[in-house]
Amino acid sequence: MASDFYGDFVRTGLGKKVVSSVGLPSPVRLRRYSPTAPLIEGTVLVAGHGDAPLAAHIASMLKSLHLEVVDEAPVSGSLSAVIADLSTIEHPEDLESLRAIVAPTLKSLRSNARVVIIGRPPEAATSPAQRAALRALEGITRSIGKELRRGGTANLVLVAEGDDTNVDATVRYLLSGRSAYVSGQVIVVGEGSPVEPGDWARPLAGKVAVVTGAARGIGAAIAEVLARDGATVVAVDIPAAGDALAKVANAIGGTALQLDVTAPDAGQRIVDHANTRHGGLDIAVHNAGITRDKLLANTDETRWRSVLDVNLMSILRMNEAILGPGGLRDGGHLVLVASIAGIAGNRGQSNYAASKAGVVGLTQALGSDPELRRRGITVNAVAPGFIETEMTAKIPLGTREVGRRLNSLQQGGLPVDVAETIAWFSQDANAGVSGNVVRVCGQSLLGA
Amino acid sequence: MATTPRRAAILGGNRIPFARQNGAYAKASNQDLLTATLDGLAARFGLAGTHLDEVVAGAVLKHSRDFNLTRESVLGSALSPTTPAYDIQQACGTGLEAAILVTNKIALGQVDSGIAGGVDSSSDAPIALNEDFRQTLLAANRAKTTGQKAKALTRFRPQQLLPSIPQNTEPRTGLSMGEHMAITAATWGITREAQDELAAASHQNLAAAYDRGFMDDLLTPYLGLTRDANLRADSTVEKLAKLKPVFGRGEGATMTAGNSTPLTDGASAVLLSSEEWASEHGLPPLAYFVDGQTAAVDYVSGEEGLLMAPAYAVPRLLARQGLSLQDFDYYEIHEAFAATVLVTLKAWEDAEFCKSRLGLDAPLGSIDRSKLNVNGSSLAAGHPFAATGGRIVASLAKMLHEKGTGSRGLISICAAGGQGVVAILEGA
Repeated sequence: MASDFYGDFVRTGLGKKVVSSVGLPSPVRLRRYSPTAPLIEGTVLVAGHGDAPLAAHIASMLKSLHLEVVDEAPVSGSLSAVIADLSTIEHPEDLESLRAIVAPTLKSLRSNARVVIIGRPPEAATSPAQRAALRALEGITRSIGKELRRGGTANLVLVAEGDDTNVDATVRYLLSGRSAYVSGQVIVVGEGSPVEPGDWARPLAGKVAVVTGAARGIGAAIAEVLARDGATVVAVDIPAAGDALAKVANAIGGTALQLDVTAPDAGQRIVDHANTRHGGLDIAVHNAGITRDKLLANTDETRWRSVLDVNLMSILRMNEAILGPGGLRDGGHLVLVASIAGIAGNRGQSNYAASKAGVVGLTQALGSDPELRRRGITVNAVAPGFIETEMTAKIPLGTREVGRRLNSLQQGGLPVDVAETIAWFSQDANAGVSGNVVRVCGQSLLGA
Repeated sequence: MATTPRRAAILGGNRIPFARQNGAYAKASNQDLLTATLDGLAARFGLAGTHLDEVVAGAVLKHSRDFNLTRESVLGSALSPTTPAYDIQQACGTGLEAAILVTNKIALGQVDSGIAGGVDSSSDAPIALNEDFRQTLLAANRAKTTGQKAKALTRFRPQQLLPSIPQNTEPRTGLSMGEHMAITAATWGITREAQDELAAASHQNLAAAYDRGFMDDLLTPYLGLTRDANLRADSTVEKLAKLKPVFGRGEGATMTAGNSTPLTDGASAVLLSSEEWASEHGLPPLAYFVDGQTAAVDYVSGEEGLLMAPAYAVPRLLARQGLSLQDFDYYEIHEAFAATVLVTLKAWEDAEFCKSRLGLDAPLGSIDRSKLNVNGSSLAAGHPFAATGGRIVASLAKMLHEKGTGSRGLISICAAGGQGVVAILEGA
């Protein structure tokens, strides 16, 4: 991983002086998740418009976790998070409630603060005015994300009518360090039957997870985080990466399964391995991916096909076994890895962007598939932005520095940031979240 | 404690790709190679932090500092440090003998789980002090006074600086293994063509095994090698025919670098257990270790060929198990040299040999050659001496599992010192 010299420099005394005097980006060290630390330290403001049913529910949940919860901004002292429930708004006029709740708090937020706006899906609005108001929440949230400094994030949660109690795992995720590099996102919570873990420090205890592309980088971090959260992990990668894969598997007490995801029987071998060795499969993470960058004008059929085959078509093939009989258990979780390149497009990555945009489409299709919803299986995707890995370390310094800073958090994310979002998608407590694509990009300006 | 023998199951194996001498593993020690192999096995079977009842392995070329090679490798691996280990050494039979030892203990109920393995580095060879120099130093060490020590050291001569390098020769005949084999091959009239055919098939079979993913769960890459360095997927009889003989003399010299195994570095390990342990750990047996047998021949007097012992061991094993040579689905005959395999097969077909040497009424007969070394053998993979047994046991167990319950495989491995180790596996 390339060292972030600039990021380290600005945290020194001299660095702070230099960047503040010339107005350079000033990234802070992001607060990251630890199972032993509190969800969030400090006071959380939970308020809302009208009778704010979600605010009431969330406040009571947070109080049960012994967090300090207030319903209006304190006259003095700082807040670590603001949760604003706008679920009952009916007209753009009602947006004043949001301004009135959030605006006064922004100047006194602690570093790594969280702003969480709660709304309803605009599609379910009963009038054009309500739909306009609900849609406005997205623009406001993204703007707050860009206004926040010192590691603060802002995200919007749209909760379908009748599914209010399904929001808990998402609120926990957004307040915690798991969402350190996630900002400006819209998360839709719908129907499902969440099951709370016995121990929130090990929310995946007793689960069996498979992660493809697990030998290094983001895949290795996913395997480590799922194991930390209690899952037994089957780490998959191509046979040629077997030595690195073995190290990952041994470090987390999992098993290494060497196979090429493009093999016709790859899905069946994964399912067989999980069933024989571990008695079933609860979580599958399609992370394996490759790049073969060239301008489209210079991309031959081989470069085109290999990227689409590994990054997209292999997932379609493997899903036949993984989502078929004897595959993923009912109530299980499928997570795909897209990319902001698939959303924004990227010069020289038309093949990669095609595959990753395809992953987004696939996630949307499977996430709303009636049969999978009936089985309680969730399907979601993460779309990583600039993540500090061996792959991004190879980008020339200038380009790398631009990619790193062009986001609201003014720094690159870490593989663990992608992994934490995947681990959240994998929780049974999160059964109401399906068909979502969450960008782990620090609110990158690309594709925003 | 079990009162009747239990079946010992083979759950799977792991090896690192075999490297040519002074190749990818030139700077790796036996302990490095064996540790990496154990780690790959632990990862494949989820054994990190797991206690096993014992690990048995060995090396043929071994440094004196490696007196506890296997235990040290276990301590350096992901396995639980409470896993006991010991070293054995029976030349090229080491790996298979290790499997016999572990499975016997499983059968007797002394252990429930274990690993049998082997490792050899021909690159990181144990170069010793010159024997004269060693005697000089020992004499000085025994001396009591400074004067006596000084006197003892006056025996030093500059030529004593020449180190003692391990030789691939038989101590009692001074002949290399290849030279011994050349004599036997000539005696049995083994042709150059037949040897080259066997060698080409070995390469082609192993290359095909890699291509169809057969090796995916038998191998873990190491130090940049992902396939055996010796493997020549494009090997043909025509190409092999162009090589000059390196063993034997004159017209009758048939043995080349192509139909003899090269010096190699590598390691292998096999996971073995009782059926109960396998079931508790969710690891389905691939095969069962049915029985093993060793034999030795008097090659010093020239009465028998150096590498002929397996020809003697197999009929004893067949008799004990009530089987004929034809009762097998697969034959794994270690290709020390192509000629070794061919002589062994020819001897079993030979009525006179079977009668006078093996004491049989009728020859053992011929085998279906399409069942022989079907995924390649040592000519293609290479032969790090002690690692060959584990390579064969794991690979054959997988083949038998694919073939089905009750299928049978025969393993035959020749070893230095006129010895042979053979075994029977049965598909689970």
